[in-house]
Amino acid sequence: MIPALPPDTMMPEPWRVRSVVRESADVYTLGLESLSSPVPPFLPGQFNMLYAFGVGEVPISLSGDAADVSGFVHTIRAVGAVSTALSQAQPDSVLGLRGPFGCGWPLTEASGHDILIVAGGLGLAPLRPVIYHLLAHSEHFGRITILHGSRSPAEILFRSELAMWQTRPDVSVAITVDHADPTWHGHVGVVPALVERAVFDPPGTIAFVCGPEVMMRFSAAALLAAGVGANRIHVSMERNMKCAIGLCGHCQFGADFVCRDGPVLPYDRIAKRLAVPEL
Amino acid sequence: MSPSAPAPARKGMIIDRDGLQSLLDRLSARGFDVIGPTVRDGAIIYDRISSVDVMPEGWTDDQDAARYRLARRSDMALFGYAVGPHSWRRFLQPPEERLWQATRQQVGLTIHTTAVPSAPYAFIGVRACELRAISIQDRVFLEGPHPDRRYAERRRGAFIVAVNCTEAGGTCFCASMGSGPRAADGFDLALTELIDANGHRFLLEVGTDAGAASVEDLPSRDADAGALVAAEEATARAAAGMRRKMATAGLKELLQANPEHPHWSEVAERCLACANCTLVCPTCFCSTVADYTDLRGHEADRVRRWDSCFAADFSSIHGGPVRASRRARYRQWMSHKLAHWIDQFDISGCVGCGRCITWCPVGIDITVEAAAIRAAPPRPAAGEGDDDGNA
Amino acid sequence: MEMLESMLLAHPFLAGMDPGFGHLLFGCARNLRFAPGTFLFREGESADEFYLLREGRVALQLHIPGRSPLVIATLGDGDLVGASWLVAPYRWSYDALATAPTRAFGLNAACLREKSEVDHHLGYEMMRRLVPVMVKRMQAARHQLIDVYGRPPT
Repeated sequence: MIPALPPDTMMPEPWRVRSVVRESADVYTLGLESLSSPVPPFLPGQFNMLYAFGVGEVPISLSGDAADVSGFVHTIRAVGAVSTALSQAQPDSVLGLRGPFGCGWPLTEASGHDILIVAGGLGLAPLRPVIYHLLAHSEHFGRITILHGSRSPAEILFRSELAMWQTRPDVSVAITVDHADPTWHGHVGVVPALVERAVFDPPGTIAFVCGPEVMMRFSAAALLAAGVGANRIHVSMERNMKCAIGLCGHCQFGADFVCRDGPVLPYDRIAKRLAVPEL
Repeated sequence: MSPSAPAPARKGMIIDRDGLQSLLDRLSARGFDVIGPTVRDGAIIYDRISSVDVMPEGWTDDQDAARYRLARRSDMALFGYAVGPHSWRRFLQPPEERLWQATRQQVGLTIHTTAVPSAPYAFIGVRACELRAISIQDRVFLEGPHPDRRYAERRRGAFIVAVNCTEAGGTCFCASMGSGPRAADGFDLALTELIDANGHRFLLEVGTDAGAASVEDLPSRDADAGALVAAEEATARAAAGMRRKMATAGLKELLQANPEHPHWSEVAERCLACANCTLVCPTCFCSTVADYTDLRGHEADRVRRWDSCFAADFSSIHGGPVRASRRARYRQWMSHKLAHWIDQFDISGCVGCGRCITWCPVGIDITVEAAAIRAAPPRPAAGEGDDDGNA
Repeated sequence: MEMLESMLLAHPFLAGMDPGFGHLLFGCARNLRFAPGTFLFREGESADEFYLLREGRVALQLHIPGRSPLVIATLGDGDLVGASWLVAPYRWSYDALATAPTRAFGLNAACLREKSEVDHHLGYEMMRRLVPVMVKRMQAARHQLIDVYGRPPT
């Protein structure tokens, strides 16, 4: 017999927008609070499905502090109809939300290691909860290195926080841009070049990589070349998602449902797949 | 029957056409929505049936790659066909259903669920391959970390009357997939249609207590040894009559090791990406969602409907589809069905029903394509070799 | 002088170099400092020297009329600056601007080309180190070309 009917995981719940911060031209950070149930716990790296009334639903990573149980924080880039509608949400408006879903970054496995964060573009958003966690529990981790690549200086995400993290003695931050402007006096070049320059201890390091897939491929190659084991590199994958619970089939990547078995996946498990176009 | 219910020891009984009508009447009287085979638009499909009279009496189907024609039989068999374009999936996982409705309020919005049909289904004439397909969809929708509530609701009430195949259809290969032609389990009742010198009758076997209760006092007689032997021979005949087979040994590893095999391009030259194969497949489970609002913008509906990995936007992320080419989409469909499915659900996604072969407008044959990839020497795997082989 | 010679040999670009070759190189080298805002070289000038950065930062940039200079890449501690000295007609194809206090070894190109002609083993040792740097720079330039963080074309 099928026992008690399972909960309806496809049903969103109403959440109120309590803050909107414009991060750059088309990137916004929304603070959300629940109007019905208590705020569920989340793991850094997990995502929610956010629903804009009548427009649709998209997966968006959690970008806030998992220790803050008062609400959820999401950083959204307006690229499609739904993400544009979400990014235009006004304070006090209400969105639909279901989640959190997916597997997070392997923080337990990372304990006792140096941590290398490699974030490209908006890829810093799903990694920010990791950084908060590492900084709050720094006694469990070694050195923390944060490498962030951005298209241009204006698009550097969480710029003031990066500057603040940089001031900690146990943290190094390096930022590079693909295209500099006259205001920029920092690195120019791609993220893998930062990996080559970073001072870290490859055998004792666990790397968390998030960004566009091509950036993750080249960053993983640079990490491997530097001597970080393939099983110590973790990447966060992006695929089309409709259900977020492994039932709609859209996000399949080989045998993995990215929504359920990922989005964070160990590089050694997917390295061969990443090399196959259109998989 | 419900998943994982214990099957009591079988006992055979014989019923005739009137006995089958009585069974339909009883199931209706017990509140079941009785669904069975009927002829419509030149095909045998599954729909609501109230009487044996609307069943495909005396019809058979002539099937081959890209070919499906109904033909008259020389007898009045009720189940003298293989399978048509429908499968039971369309009832347990409907092609389209509303998931919920949202209403805009003065401040904010409310989201409310929408009801699912209340009457449980009774399925009449479920083939062995289709029983396997239902059990596979049970694994997909019920046995993962996030079961689907709507599927569970429809599935747990369903009553299943299976039919053992006594003839092989033109594109059948269930015997090589180990899923037929005889129904082993997963049914409340199972029928074997017998037409010979002793007349037109059905051997009826009971699979569950619910099945037994449904046939109590049904006009019948005990099955004699002759009928049991005749039923055994008929299913053996069906197994022997299959013209196609799938070589399953090592197939998962073969497909996963060959994502760049030249045969994928060869298939892509024929494939129209029409999605027919995924729409007729009894195990394909992919769906998408769509949002609709009323003209005032006060009400919004969220609808879930079948989707296909052959659709252009199925794999779209911002910027475009991950699988832009037909080569990649066919590779995804076949590799998922025959290989990744085993990693995901511990069973192949193919049951050997042959529908994808019959309904492919250009006659692409999954058994032939799998054999072609097997025939050419696999290329040595690229990469550092520490992947789990899912490429 | 001996200290400078060992410092040159300790530069990451020359890691593992035979001290004999190191001595030859040292004969072509000079010790340099660049204040922020000064150019190591300008586009079109004769490429008669290349640089091994000890510390600092150097921006490789192109000037475009009516626009601010386009920075192609930035280089820092341990990097090599300049490859045009290898290829006739030995002219720089971009500007190299110090954007931080920068210390470097300058290696005279004509001197090195001459010594490499005489001792091909030295030439080979240099090429063995130069080619990977060039290939990596070319790959990085290709990756920049992808504009991975940009909006996809619609």
